[in-house]
Amino acid sequence: MDLKTKLEQLFEENHQQISQTGDLDELNQIRVNLLGKKGPITEVLRGMKDLSNEERPKVGAFANKIKADLQDAIAARKAALEQAEIQQKLAQETIDVTLPGDQVVQGTPHILAQIMDDVEEYFIGQGYQVVDGPEVEEDHYNFEMLNIPKDHPARDMQDTFYIDSQLLMRSQTSPVQARTMEIHDFSQGPLKMISPGRVYRRDTDDATHSHQFHQIEGLVIDKHITMADLKGTLLALAQHVFGADRQIRLRPSFFPFTEPSVEVDVSCFRCNGKGCAICKYSGWIEVLGAGMVHPNVLNAAGVDADVYGGFAFGLGPDRFAMLKYGIDDIRSFYQGDVRFLSQFQQEG
Amino acid sequence: MDVSYAWLKELVDVPATPEELMDKVSRTGIEVDSVRYPDDQKMKKVVVGKVVELTEHPDSDHLHIAQVDVGEETLRQIVCGAPNIAVGQTVVVALPGARIGGNEKIKKGKMRGVESLGMICALQELGFSDSVAPKAFDDGIYVFDEPLTPGSDALEALGMHDAILDFEITPNRADALGMRGVAWEVGATYNTVPHFNDQPVQETGKPVSDYLSATVTDTADAPAYQLRVVADVTVKDSPLWLQRRLWNAGIRPINNIVDVTNLIMLGYGQPLHAFDYQKLPSQQILVRRATAGEALTTLDGNDHTLDPEDIVITDGQKPIALAGVMGGLDSEITASTTTVVLEAAKFAPVSVRKTALRYNLRSQASARFEKGIDVGAINAALDEAARLIAALGEGTVATGTVSASAIDAAPTNVDISLSRINHVLGTDLSVDTVTTIFKRLGFGVTAADGLLAVSVPTRRWDISIEADLIEEVARIYGYDNLPSTLPTTTMTIGEFTPKQARLRRTRKLLEGLGLTQIISYGLTSDAKAARFTLAPAEATGVAFPMTEDHKTLRRNLVSGLLDAVAYNVARKQTDLALYEQGRVFPRSAGHTRPEEHEYIGGALTGNVIAQNWHQSAQPVDFYAAKGVVSALLADYRLEAPVRYEALTDDPDLHPGQSAKLLLGDEVIGLVGRLHPAFEHANNLPQTFVFELNLDALMAAPRSEMQAALAPKFPSVTRDIAVQVATTVTNAQIQAVIATVGGKYLQSSHLFDVYAGDKIAADQKSLAYTLTYRRDDQTLTEDEVNSAFAKVVAALERDLNAQIR
Repeated sequence: MDLKTKLEQLFEENHQQISQTGDLDELNQIRVNLLGKKGPITEVLRGMKDLSNEERPKVGAFANKIKADLQDAIAARKAALEQAEIQQKLAQETIDVTLPGDQVVQGTPHILAQIMDDVEEYFIGQGYQVVDGPEVEEDHYNFEMLNIPKDHPARDMQDTFYIDSQLLMRSQTSPVQARTMEIHDFSQGPLKMISPGRVYRRDTDDATHSHQFHQIEGLVIDKHITMADLKGTLLALAQHVFGADRQIRLRPSFFPFTEPSVEVDVSCFRCNGKGCAICKYSGWIEVLGAGMVHPNVLNAAGVDADVYGGFAFGLGPDRFAMLKYGIDDIRSFYQGDVRFLSQFQQEG
Repeated sequence: MDVSYAWLKELVDVPATPEELMDKVSRTGIEVDSVRYPDDQKMKKVVVGKVVELTEHPDSDHLHIAQVDVGEETLRQIVCGAPNIAVGQTVVVALPGARIGGNEKIKKGKMRGVESLGMICALQELGFSDSVAPKAFDDGIYVFDEPLTPGSDALEALGMHDAILDFEITPNRADALGMRGVAWEVGATYNTVPHFNDQPVQETGKPVSDYLSATVTDTADAPAYQLRVVADVTVKDSPLWLQRRLWNAGIRPINNIVDVTNLIMLGYGQPLHAFDYQKLPSQQILVRRATAGEALTTLDGNDHTLDPEDIVITDGQKPIALAGVMGGLDSEITASTTTVVLEAAKFAPVSVRKTALRYNLRSQASARFEKGIDVGAINAALDEAARLIAALGEGTVATGTVSASAIDAAPTNVDISLSRINHVLGTDLSVDTVTTIFKRLGFGVTAADGLLAVSVPTRRWDISIEADLIEEVARIYGYDNLPSTLPTTTMTIGEFTPKQARLRRTRKLLEGLGLTQIISYGLTSDAKAARFTLAPAEATGVAFPMTEDHKTLRRNLVSGLLDAVAYNVARKQTDLALYEQGRVFPRSAGHTRPEEHEYIGGALTGNVIAQNWHQSAQPVDFYAAKGVVSALLADYRLEAPVRYEALTDDPDLHPGQSAKLLLGDEVIGLVGRLHPAFEHANNLPQTFVFELNLDALMAAPRSEMQAALAPKFPSVTRDIAVQVATTVTNAQIQAVIATVGGKYLQSSHLFDVYAGDKIAADQKSLAYTLTYRRDDQTLTEDEVNSAFAKVVAALERDLNAQIR
């Protein structure tokens, strides 16, 4: 058998073996056996010394081709086997992606805080400052500076928790406005503020009354502030809080610290004004009180009422939340039931 | 104020239904809360009947069989149990098929075998409340006091087809506490003028000075005090038209004298009082302040010891009435009264308010005196009352009026410029528009050069300044017609203060850590207010609490959180992580006003992570709570670290699982487990709480943010296991490591704590990874070894540690 035939035979045998093996180790053994220094190809090549000068390069080239082909075949087979191994591993590692992910606990802001944050951020955007004040307040700021002298019948409108004859739990956040007006330097520009916070009234707690609730009161004082500005400001607020399609209407009312005084209704966001149980079939829902700051209030704070004037408004986050989300018991806000509180995750 | 639609229509043209009127008036003037129909718009087939015959029911000791004329061809047989039924009475009959009060339907039937074709009614059965129905018929059927046609509509006769509008009168609009005021308001709304058809009083009796005189000590107490006398009257029931008016206004008819005073109050807003002249011990009336200890028994039968601040009407000696509040029992109008003294006055509002509050005697009359009356109508009201009493009681009015004090009732003049009105409202109204509005209100007005001189009648005493007039213009012009604009001012910057921003950030941080925000009450019980405080402080309470649960200002946030925990646990919600951000109110001794500090508090119970298919349950423990606190503190980037020290002496906290947080020497927080005894007593599960004084954290120096490049050279770590006595704390070991660690020590991280079988019972082992790094070059092995050896030596020396 000449060398070439031998090489062809070697190729045939091994190529078949390579293509049939399903094991990487076996393939490696084949490679070592075949191509190693003691392997048959090397042996064949060693026999080339007996060939004629004419034959030698031809057989040599042929032998190298055989060797290269076998190497390619091994490499290809190796790649295929490795690929299969990876596939198998991936298949083994496959999991049910519909099983739930790990629990990452996340707390919920209180719905009243969400509403207050939202309103505060809205007014910050309008160039207002947010001013905090004491919850234990003086009669002077809570009432007298707001045009509610002692023994005025308007004091009947709010029953107040007194601590002593001068100190009380603030019944509104407007004393913060009185305090701010008193120190504001109007020569440096207008006063635009809101005062959010907790307030207290001497009420028996039930579904619609709470001895503690929240208020956000707003105040704008400058030389040219009009009631039309009040109306526009409240319209924009109502549309921000209750939806872009809302309208408002003003009705005459009475607050000692404003005149004219109005109550403000917003068109019902549930029925869009058609009439439903929420708006008691009137199409309108009362949401806040407002008015033009009473000259007595300006004067009490040392502001010249002939030069300066402006508007004030007050809203109740508790009432806003009750209306907006259909909550029928104000006590829900203060009981801390997590089933109630954690449902308000969509806002804030 | 209950406004009768029927009465109103007699005073002013109302081109609207009651509902339309309600809506319109609410939009321009006074809020009308509701319209109520006494007949509920459902009652029917209730007619006038006349009792013609009466026999006893054969099988009953109290039922009567009445034959009643209800305008039909034959009499109708009705069985009736009322004890006061009698032949000849004109009564209310509900026919079969009738609807009466409560939407009850009347059917014909048999009562103990006797056919009954209807029901004879008491007013209560038609929906009258006990406080309004005349007392005389409390135990039986109502009997008309005047002839009515049998078969005619009894509901009509009783005024029950009327509509009652509930006017919510704000304190500034007390002018509408009388029907005339309401008529003016409605007239302004619809641009019509009221018509009152007043009749003059006929003075046919003796001069009033023959009866009595009156003096007012201080005209500030009673700026107007006017008396009239009506003699020879007969006290009896009022005619139906008058009773109807009263009960539709929610007032019970009593007799013709008292009823007239009430009618005049409803009509004019002027409260009146009637005395029995014969019962006055003297004929010299004196209005003065009470002397301390003086006694008076008021009409309601209650005895009062008077206060020197009370204004009293006296007979010159003893008080006979609390001015503007209530009359005395001794001079009350009774069936035997023949001469009536009528009083119309204006009393000092604040005094009336205080006296009414002092004796808990607030009434429709005192409320009107408090809020003010039309000083221009005092005598008109008095005259009309005298005229009516004389007419209804067949008496004579004495000639003249006793005037102890009087007010010259002149209109109030207020000047305002058109530009001022437009400036405040943001409008562009013309002089004509504004003038027309004032005229609609019945105000006098003259305009010249854009200046309006407005003359306001006394009936609108709420108006005295420009702002009052602007409000009138705005509401009658219509708020719907105002433009909507936004304020144009010089630019202002809206920005949260650092404190506001920090409080928000802190809230968000805790929510990110899994805690849900609650809001509890600022007022709590004495006991709850006092627990879990960071520093001793005095309690502050409200003077007149509504309940024991809400009487004291809280000095901690934990108690409120625990209320929420208990509430949730009782509802099977056992895995809880709650926080509250709010104020506490500690008070220093000697101060009346408490301080207000922003705090944050939390409560955790159950599992941090509940058991699930992929994670095992991770129960809350001290370190879970401390982890929350540490994350919160880290966010404050304080210059000086907050130290944790074991807190062993808080009676409500577990002495072995609680810590106080110290910043310098100040306690700024606590974290720990509730005392098991406290948990047991309050039905709480094992709960961990924390509380931090945010004001203190915000005030503490903050480390400055300074950027550094990421390290260029690698760090080297060494692990060390430190076996020490169980009493040695991590903080002590860390302190030693930090002290001797050397300048290349970057951190020491505790990765294991072991106590158990493999070491002695009084020993524990803590394992740390120490990380070393140089910023200027790579550390050499020698440098690390040398630094590490110092740590080992110090731990062995200082803490008697075995290093492994």
